[in-house]
Amino acid sequence: MKFMDEYRDADLARKFAREIQRITTRPWKIMEVCGGQTHAIVKFGIDELLPKRIELIHGPGCPVCVTPLEVIDQALEIAARPGVIFTSFGDMLRVPGSTTDLLSVKGQGGDVRIVYSPLDAVKIAELNPAKEVVFFGVGFETTAPATAMAIYQAAQKGLNNFSMLVSHVLVPPAIEALMSSPDCRVQAFLAAGHVCTVMGYEEYFPLAKKYHVPIVITGFEPLDILHGVLLTVQQLESGRAEVENQYARAVCREGNLPAQDLIKKVFRVVPRKWRGVGEIPESGLGLADNYTAFDAAKKFGLSDRQVDEPAECIAGLILQGLKKPHECPAFGTRCTPEHPFGATMVSSEGACAAYYRYRRHDAAEMAGAK
Amino acid sequence: MCLAIPGKVVSISGDDPLTRMGRINFSGIVKEACLAYVPEVNVGDYVIVHVGFALSKVDEAEAQKVFEYLKQIGELGELEAPAG
Ligand code: SF4
Repeated sequence: MKFMDEYRDADLARKFAREIQRITTRPWKIMEVCGGQTHAIVKFGIDELLPKRIELIHGPGCPVCVTPLEVIDQALEIAARPGVIFTSFGDMLRVPGSTTDLLSVKGQGGDVRIVYSPLDAVKIAELNPAKEVVFFGVGFETTAPATAMAIYQAAQKGLNNFSMLVSHVLVPPAIEALMSSPDCRVQAFLAAGHVCTVMGYEEYFPLAKKYHVPIVITGFEPLDILHGVLLTVQQLESGRAEVENQYARAVCREGNLPAQDLIKKVFRVVPRKWRGVGEIPESGLGLADNYTAFDAAKKFGLSDRQVDEPAECIAGLILQGLKKPHECPAFGTRCTPEHPFGATMVSSEGACAAYYRYRRHDAAEMAGAK
Repeated sequence: MCLAIPGKVVSISGDDPLTRMGRINFSGIVKEACLAYVPEVNVGDYVIVHVGFALSKVDEAEAQKVFEYLKQIGELGELEAPAG
């Protein structure tokens, strides 16, 4: 077993789909929270295997998409400064700020480098003591163990030329914000499996109870997603609202305790603005008091700012599951991955980019049919 | 961004639990990953890796369950088919 290809078997996928079909008696709206799942669903056509009455709503689970414009602008400002090496995951380079993006800053001579791991950024800082090395710390709970370790090791090594622009976001508060909105149409959640490898799933029990929604921790391969949908539909059809773990091969209830310990040491929970959604209380991680020396925004004296989104972009509604990408008038015409208006078009895990890549023709037909 | 993929630990270096590193084989491509968060992992185990960090060990018994479940569904379907 390699734990990958086995979970892409088309016959087994159809078997799950038939079982879902067999037990579905009513329409249900299920949100997959994570952009990685959205990408897999659209790529493998999983939504098309499902009975018409089951609608998958694409959630806000792409850290690239929800990083606020203000923070992107701060990154751009730091990256353009002389004497700075700005390091980032590759997916952040084409995210549009209010005037430009990191790739363009690099083109104009900024020292912007893509790294695979935050620890690579720490290494760059060690090798370049005369430069300020900054890492763009974005991501969900999944990524926080890595960024926490980078800060922790930099502190251990006494590196004072390393800092981080931190914009971490947390999933359960976002689910809570979605559920408490009066517009909410979601009846059940597929929770992101990889977030739970780190945090476990204790936090979901009170949410499932309070909002009476089934929450199924789900993996990322096609069979995982279909199995997750089957478990949610079984719950919905029988009126249950429980937390279930489809992804038990990688997730246990308490999560990864050593990782949680280091996250708690290095970070603290803060309110965070989500691009397109707005501010959500206690939904982000910022540096803990002992580690503020590593805060790039402070180090570079960047002010808080307020920036407006392009008026045409409905990414906010898409991130909340209220609209689908092809319902945006700019989709695929004025807004494309080459010239994205909103971040949901930039990241390959953004709903707009996934539809653009795999569904452009359907979307054109759907729009034409209206 | 949140991509995390399973790979097999082929070797481990370092004794300090906080900086223990492993070489991980992802279907032929070998990359380094920090093993600080999976102290229980040994050579030969599968781990889920994200941005250079192993986040959990893959449980083989649990991994089989979905296939066993699918088998049950199949048998049920066959039992029901003649009646339907
Ligand atoms: S298609 Fe472009 S403009 Fe429309 S919602 Fe998506 S990102 Fe925004």
